[in-house]
Order: sequence, then structure tokens, then C-alpha cells
Amino acid sequence: MATAPVVLRASGRVAVRQAVSRASAYLFLGASLVGVFVLFLLAYETISTGAGRLSWDFISNYPSRFAERAGLRSSAIGSIWVLGLTVVMSLPIAIGTAIWIEEFAPQNKFLTIVKLNLANLAGVPSIIYGVLGLAVFSRFFGFGSTIMAGGFTVSLMILPMTVIASQEAIRQVPSSIRDGALALGASQWQTVWYHVLPGAAPGIITGIILAVSRAAGETAALIMIGAFTFIAFDNTSPNEDFTTIPIQIYNWTIRPQEAFRQNAAAAIIVLMVAVLSLNLLAAVIRERFRRS
Amino acid sequence: MSVVSEPLHTGNVHGALRRRPFSRWNETVIKALLAACATISLVTTFAIIFVLGEESVAFFREVSLPDFFLKTRWRPLAGNPSFGIWELVAGTVNVVIWSLVIAVPIGLASAIYLSEYAQKRTRNILKPLLEALAGVPTVVYAYFALNFVTLDILRPALGNDVPIFNALAASVMLAVMILPTIASISEDAMSSVPRDLREAAYGLGATKLEVAIRVVLPAALSGVIASILLAVARVVGETMIVAIAAGSTPNLTLWPLSTIQTMTGFMLQVGLGDAARGTVDYQSLFAVGSVLFVITLLFNIAATWFVGRFREVYV
Repeated sequence: MATAPVVLRASGRVAVRQAVSRASAYLFLGASLVGVFVLFLLAYETISTGAGRLSWDFISNYPSRFAERAGLRSSAIGSIWVLGLTVVMSLPIAIGTAIWIEEFAPQNKFLTIVKLNLANLAGVPSIIYGVLGLAVFSRFFGFGSTIMAGGFTVSLMILPMTVIASQEAIRQVPSSIRDGALALGASQWQTVWYHVLPGAAPGIITGIILAVSRAAGETAALIMIGAFTFIAFDNTSPNEDFTTIPIQIYNWTIRPQEAFRQNAAAAIIVLMVAVLSLNLLAAVIRERFRRS
Repeated sequence: MSVVSEPLHTGNVHGALRRRPFSRWNETVIKALLAACATISLVTTFAIIFVLGEESVAFFREVSLPDFFLKTRWRPLAGNPSFGIWELVAGTVNVVIWSLVIAVPIGLASAIYLSEYAQKRTRNILKPLLEALAGVPTVVYAYFALNFVTLDILRPALGNDVPIFNALAASVMLAVMILPTIASISEDAMSSVPRDLREAAYGLGATKLEVAIRVVLPAALSGVIASILLAVARVVGETMIVAIAAGSTPNLTLWPLSTIQTMTGFMLQVGLGDAARGTVDYQSLFAVGSVLFVITLLFNIAATWFVGRFREVYV
């Protein structure tokens, strides 16, 4: 029995409501493209302003009163020192804290407080860490405005991020692996050291790299401990004063001359390439180990 | 081939156990070390509170509490200095309001699109691009607030009497900074609203827009509120954008086109100068820092509470 196809088409108010609903899709799409548009606009603006200044001289010159001769040498070296020190200092503490929380901690009030405290520390503004660094590391421990003071300050700042990332990585290791190791007579620590940590390593490393990429752009906390200085030498020890690329960008941005504005844009390109490379590295590590 | 089962030499097993690299005594030490690592985060919190508290107490010996909390003029370097925090708080509130006015509608619309409208493939492209905005260092946003927003947009559009340092330019870039926070967390909340609710609404004849606005949005409200509270905490604590683009003139106004100074902007200003220890100037840094710390803490705690409430209902 053949029937004619029935076409349902709304009329009147229902038709209007449906039309409005269809149109809203474009409105919402447009809104979500705003962020993407801004991202590309910023990239375009930076490259068109700063690309002309990029050269080997720009990377290898010390800062200068003359915009054309100024470069990123000392700030790049300072950034690498601070970030290196940060990784060395925060890695063991972050992993240790995460292992303790996930594998060893007794389930009591103290654990709850530690976890709650970490969550709150993650929301503390970076300038407060700068004030902490100024009072504790620069003044109380007498590190002054050195790389050491910067490294300690940034380490504390990224600690909540790295701990939370390490915790998640440790939780991803299936409990069957722990049970297997324990059943074969391994002690609790042997289980963690030989089985849990190797399994969690890619996740932990990814988390640390992302935290370092965040730290690479940190400006306010390091200005607070006195890293807004003129450095015209290569840092060779953590006991020296330093400056970093974001601080150099700040320095060039607040000057009125157009030439320094171009320097700032060029430095932003260098910083963004570094930050994006770190993010890419993290993504590659994550993908690589997800498959195996 | 026959299988012969060998008797177990318990002595060997014993030997192997003895040779294991970590003895029981070592394990106790390791455990203690791990617990020590975990206490570092607690020590950090205590150190923050102690440092802020100690210098604030010294500050309030010089400046009375009512002067700080009731006066409205912030002129720390004037010949006759005045330490009324309200001008700095107004600066912070100014950029919070205007950045939210920009970021909340765009962020929520993005969240609705990603959660309710987008195909999976579109979503997988759009979401990482939006979240990339969260990874941009804020000093980069600060550069754009000053050079791009003020000089290339606000002045051509509104005339040259727009001050070079103004709250609106900072608010625009702060809005870009918090856009991924609002969009991403709100989207997570909307995505975890159960399908049944949507289907019931469709069954009653609702259109897609009506489902999104009148069913999903209210159902995800606590997640949406949490995202906005987190965004406020980030704006309140952000330093570089406001220090570079909004100016360093304390001003009791919420008008977006005025030169202002926020709490963080003042703190950075003190950090840039070399305020000597023991001076009221140096101590005011910690007093303002205490207020900033308490405000961000309250917003973060409120956000956590709302997230918890949301999880309780649906997840």
C-alpha cells in the first residue's frame, strides 16, 4: 500500500521559533570564532611588526640603549637558567608529594588538608608568590635578586600544577600492576619505584613540561624579586643577578619609541616559539606513550 | 620431554629477599621523605600567610585600620601620604566588571556552541584553539593591550582624548585571557547535563535554542558560576596587563576610559622601585598583598564550592 510522503512543515509561531533556533547556530558559532580570530589576529600583528627585527644579532646581542643593537642574549640565558633550576628543584618535590598522596598517605584529616591546600595554592596569584620570594628568598635567606631566588620562587609557584599533574599520572597506572607486584613479594616502595613510576613517567613529564611553559612566561613574580635589571654578561652561576625574556619584553613595551615596540614584538615571537615548542613536546610525549 | 618439578630451595629465596635493594628500614626513611615533600606545600601556605601578616602588622602600626579601609585616597608617596585602599580596589573592580562584560557573553555562547551545536570534528578543532589562548604569557597580552587595543582600535574609534593608559584596553585583553576559562569550564558543565533532560524538552516541542537556553544553561548553572568566579580570581590577581595598559594613577572610578591603578599594579610598582625594608612604602606592599590574597582566596573557595555542588547533582 503506497502512501504519499507526508511533509511536516511548521507554520505561524512555531515556524518563527524554529527559524530563530536555526539562526542561533550561526550566532553561537560566530561567538566561538571570536577567540580563534583574536588568536590569529595577535599572531599576524606580532609577526608583521616583529619579524623584520629577527636575526642572529637580535638573539646574540646584549640589551642596549639603542633599539637596533639591543638583543635577547642575557635574558634568554637568564630564562634558561631559571627554568632549568626550577625543573631540578620542583621535579623531586612534586613527584614525592604526588606519590605520598596517592600511594602512602593514611586516609585522614591531614591528607584532606594537604589536598585542599594544594587546590587553593593553585589559585594564588603569581605576584603573591613574588612577594613571598622577595621576603623569604631574597631578603630572609639573603639570595638577593639572583637566579637562585628566582628558581625557588618559580618552583613554589608551579608546585601545585606539577603535583596535580603527577597525581593524575599515578592514578592512571592500573591497580592490577600494583597488585601483581605486591603479590610477588615486592614491598610498597619497590612497587612504586619499579612499576608505578615507570608507568606514570610520561604523564608526569608532560605535566612538568606544561608547567615549565607556564613558568617561561612568568613576569610579575620575577620582577618582584628584582629581576628587572640591566644585564650585559652571560650568567655562569646561580648566584648572579639575571633577567628573563618576558621581563625584557616588558622593558621594551613600556618605552615610547617605535623601534623598541618592534623589539618587543620580535621578542614575543621568540617567547611564543619557545612556549609552543614546549607544548608541542608535551603533546608528542603524551601521544607517543598513549599508544604503547 | 618430561617436566620435573624441582623442590623449592627456600634458602635461595631468602637470600634474594635479603639482597633486595630497599630494606624495611630504608622504606621508613623513604616514606618520611615523601611525607616531608608533601608538607612543603603546607609550609608554602603558612609562609605566605606569615610574610603577609608580619609586614601588614608593621604597616598597621604606622597607618590605622580605619584610614586603610575607610579613606578613599591612595597617595603613598605624597608629602602628606594617604593610604585609603578603596582607590586601588576600585581600579581592580573596574577591570573585573568590564572584562566580564566582554568575556561572559562570548564565553557562554562559545560554551553553548561547543556543547550543544558543534559536530565532534568542529569541536575537536575549536576547543584546543580556544584553550591555546590560556597558554599565552600575560606580558604578551599586555603588549597588545597597549599597542594594539589602545593605539589601533580605541583611539581611531573613540577619538584621541582616550588616555594612553586606560582600564578598557586592559579589560579587553583580560577578557581574552579569561575567555578559555569561562568557555572550557562552562562547556564541561553543559556537556555533563544528562541527555534525558534535553530529550524531555525536545519531546515537548522545544527547539534547539530553547533547549540550550532554557534547559541546559539552567541545569549547568553552578558550573557556569564556578567558571565566572575562577575568571574573576584570575583577573583580580593578574598583574602585567593592568600594570602596562591601565596606568599607575589610583582613581576612584568605574569608568572604563580612565587611567587607573589596580592592587596588583601598585604592588608591581613597589617591586620595580627599590623600596627599603622597614619603610611604610615597603610594608604597604604586604598590606595590599594581604587584601589581594584574601579576595582571590574567597573567589577560589566559592568556585570550588559551586563545582562540588554541580558534581553532587549530576556526576
